[in-house]
Amino acid sequence: MKLEKEKAKHLAELARLEVSEEEAAEFSHQLSEVLDYAGKVREAPVEGVEPTIHLLPLTNVFRDDEVKPFLTREEALVNAPRREEGFFRVPRILEEN
Amino acid sequence: MELSTLSLKEIGDALRKKTVSAREITGVFLERINRFNPELNAFVTVAEEEALAAADEADHRLARGERVTPLTGIPVAVADTICTKGLKTTCASRMLANFIPPYDATVVSRLKEAGAVIIAKTNSDEFGAGTTTGYSAFGPVRNPWDKNREPGGDGGAAAVAAGLAPLAVSFDTGGSLRRAAAFCGVAGLKPAYGSVSRYGLAALAPSLEQIGPLARRVDDLALLYQVLAGPDPLDATSLPADGPGRGGEELTGPAASGKGLRIGLPREYFTGDKLQAAVKERVLAAAGIITGEGGEQVDLTLPSTEYALAAHILLAAAEASSSLARYDGVRYGYRSPEAADIDLLYKKTRTEGFGSEAKRRILLGTLVLSAGSYNDYYLNAQKIRTLVIREFAEAFTKCHLILTPVTREVPGRAGEERSPLRQYQDECYTVGANLAGLSGLSVPCGLVDGLPVGVQLLAPAGREALLFQAARTLEAAVGEFSPPILRG
Amino acid sequence: MNYETVIGLEVHVELKTEAKVFCGCAARFGSEPNTHVCPGCLGMPGALPVLNKKAVELCIKAGLALQCRIAPFSRFDRKQYFYPDLPQAYQITQDDLPLCTGGKLKIVNPGGEERIIRINRIHLEEEAGRTYHSGIGATGYSLLDFNRSGLALIEIVTEPDLRSPAEARIFLEKLQEILRYVEVSDCKMEEGSFRCDANISVHPAGSQEFGRRMELKNLNSFKAIQAALAYEENRLGSLLAAGTPPVQEESRGWDETRGMTFFMRPKEKASDYRYFPDPDLPPLVIAEEWVEKIREDLPELPEEKKNRYMKEYGLSAQDADLLGGSRETAEFFEATLRLYPGEAKTVANWVMGEFARLLNLEKLTPAQSKLKPEALAAMLQMIDAGEISGKIAKTVFEEMFYSGKSPREIVEEKGLVQISDESQLAALVRGILAKHPGPVADYRAGKTKALGFLVGQVMKETKGKANPGLVNKLLREELEK
Ligand SMILES: [Mg+2]
Ligand SMILES: [Zn+2]
Repeated sequence: MKLEKEKAKHLAELARLEVSEEEAAEFSHQLSEVLDYAGKVREAPVEGVEPTIHLLPLTNVFRDDEVKPFLTREEALVNAPRREEGFFRVPRILEEN
Repeated sequence: MELSTLSLKEIGDALRKKTVSAREITGVFLERINRFNPELNAFVTVAEEEALAAADEADHRLARGERVTPLTGIPVAVADTICTKGLKTTCASRMLANFIPPYDATVVSRLKEAGAVIIAKTNSDEFGAGTTTGYSAFGPVRNPWDKNREPGGDGGAAAVAAGLAPLAVSFDTGGSLRRAAAFCGVAGLKPAYGSVSRYGLAALAPSLEQIGPLARRVDDLALLYQVLAGPDPLDATSLPADGPGRGGEELTGPAASGKGLRIGLPREYFTGDKLQAAVKERVLAAAGIITGEGGEQVDLTLPSTEYALAAHILLAAAEASSSLARYDGVRYGYRSPEAADIDLLYKKTRTEGFGSEAKRRILLGTLVLSAGSYNDYYLNAQKIRTLVIREFAEAFTKCHLILTPVTREVPGRAGEERSPLRQYQDECYTVGANLAGLSGLSVPCGLVDGLPVGVQLLAPAGREALLFQAARTLEAAVGEFSPPILRG
Repeated sequence: MNYETVIGLEVHVELKTEAKVFCGCAARFGSEPNTHVCPGCLGMPGALPVLNKKAVELCIKAGLALQCRIAPFSRFDRKQYFYPDLPQAYQITQDDLPLCTGGKLKIVNPGGEERIIRINRIHLEEEAGRTYHSGIGATGYSLLDFNRSGLALIEIVTEPDLRSPAEARIFLEKLQEILRYVEVSDCKMEEGSFRCDANISVHPAGSQEFGRRMELKNLNSFKAIQAALAYEENRLGSLLAAGTPPVQEESRGWDETRGMTFFMRPKEKASDYRYFPDPDLPPLVIAEEWVEKIREDLPELPEEKKNRYMKEYGLSAQDADLLGGSRETAEFFEATLRLYPGEAKTVANWVMGEFARLLNLEKLTPAQSKLKPEALAAMLQMIDAGEISGKIAKTVFEEMFYSGKSPREIVEEKGLVQISDESQLAALVRGILAKHPGPVADYRAGKTKALGFLVGQVMKETKGKANPGLVNKLLREELEK
């Protein structure tokens, strides 16, 4: 399958990545090659076969409704690129809210 | 006494007899790291201080006659994709270049409880995405057998082969741990899905990957595996203690014979024209060793092998696109300095923080999961997975273990340009175990052009005892296996 | 031309669990920022979700209370989008296999008509963190608190069965009442534990096709919901009347101060969420026995309770509704009734009257109040026995409410015991009659109203403690001698 350059740019947008024209061209070329190969999954004899969503036959794996303190606030924030008074700080959010 | 080449049992005996201290052992490996790591680049971080402190603690335990384990006082290198509390964990990515986790991965807690000494964090491809370590933000790892060769997708194997650590813990999403073991001439295990907790392993493809051990000897591999494996309430996909798939048998022992062992050879793993003849020869010779020891060979067919790699490529990318979405510069890790609003912050941070292979997988995975492609790509891949699982299950009714090559070729030249598809295809023999959740053990089976070649043994969960037995049989027959850097 | 309105709701409700849904952090409102967080709810590398069993049970409970089918097989999916309050850049939710489907809730609309509102689905998911916006324009920035991140949340989606803003409000009030009743959630709108998005469209009456749908977001009070829907209903009606129906589906916000909805973005822009099953969470298999066990624990629902009150106690529909509507009130009422053998209506009057008044005044719930059913029952028995008057009882009740003392203690402490001693009262009555010859003469002349004055005098003399029935009787006897 050919992955068009424009499509590569759209995917980058969805994934919050910036790609230059050149990169978009390179990615679209490389991924087209990958999809040419991987596209064969559409021809596999899978009629009537259920997908394997989970590998293990486990179900209903629960934790009890118990509070288990884990991090101090300092531990939570120590890796923050920017913080302010116990909060994580980010630049302004343009859309809505 | 050259400590760096001893087995765990030998080091353990020396420790208990007090002919050597844990501090001295750690010191020996730190010295070798200082000497050889600059050229090998197997580590992102060397935890000298922490390691010496842990070694002292082990010495205290020994001095007080407290409970010790086969790992007490033994240095272990841990992949930098596995979180270590208070110790930088970069995932070989610029994104996490300064990330210090406030928590330990479960395997790290288990290592610490066993008295092991975490000596360094190993280099790999960024978040483990790659097959040569060429995508590490901190430069590629070199193969200790030949510095101009690639080491497989994981620095742990190189570290163990070069005697920079007796043991390493790494992870395997499509075969990187096993390929690295094969290329560096050490033993490596991708455990059956659910046997080792994934808590604290920075996820790449959570339904495919497992943390596993690397060691120079099969017995040491088994000892380390037994420390890593076990149920974990923090991982909902970890097998319960008494559930099926938890063998619980003794995994170490004498080099047993192959008597009664039925070894399956799947046709599809030996027929491709890309399989180097000399590699094929070595792998078949390994099968011969087992039959020579009283085992039996069974011809198998696994028809879905044709589709397995394609399914793996799509699923690994789909899950990676989701796993790597959290790296956004908001709460930890790299943040682009020049973002005026949140949307730019995301884009700049992720664009500057990720390398090319991570981006490629994110784009591919985003495509696979988007509304228009989900059924074609994601669902079909998961259906193929069902076929792969069925075929392996069927095969394991005819044989105890499956034997295959690990790689098609000997290690490639470092820095060699290969298309992304070619790199994905490097994993054609290993992805089956990830798709089906099998145990996959890579053990050296000889040299081709002076470079190591591995053989892969596959088993279903719960059959680890036979897996290690067969590996020991091969190890005994193949003999001493260490690179010049260790001998010289 | 006449228009018809179609409304559907999506309600998000935070569940009443101790811990969050996928980690062990405390589910507490109003703490210092980022004090109930862990690698999981901060989306740190390697953290894994493990499902809180109670959250599943509460979701099933909500489903049963709303007469849903409980899925025998269910699982979790990742809904992927970028927003700074979403730490993993995906929300763990349920896409194609929700826990509950196909329920219903009966309401009575403002026209007195019974309406069945169908529930499409209820699914379990995780809450996002909180964002606080600071500064304005280019200097603006946001602060993030992840205490709320990972709280257990259910999303209740109705079918488009509501036909007016008032119906929507009544539905939401009823839904809140039930969810509180079965103790699934506190449903505090002001704390955000009960939130609603509404979809509305308007089409010409009789038309088979619905109009273009508008999604109203961030409606944070019942008043706002009704007002925003009414505004939008009007706006869409005017657009249709002008022959300029809306050209696209939109997400719209509500401007409380201006009383207007406003355009936020077109609905088509809704991103591709790239849902896929979460590999970290094994699926759920809900055995019938488990559902039955949860069903057994379910209290009698308000609707059933109301009917029973009317039938069993002969209460009016209105009284039955009031008493049955809050679980604590109903429990207080029934507990009192178990201890007091008299009229249910008497108990009901006290609970809905004085008790409700004082609770309201002090902003307490029945369970928080010091007054216990035992005390009320004892007080009612004292009235029946003639030990205290109805008037005195009000004083006693208030004192019981604030001090938690028993009625007997209060009556004794304050000397409030009713004077029912006939000889003592007869002497008093004779004294009063002697003191007021005028009214006595009036009464005897046929002006029987004068009796009231004389009773009042006796009561005044005894500071209200005289048994009024007895005083009446004695006065009459004396006057008619
Ligand atoms: Mg939702
Ligand atoms: Zn948490």
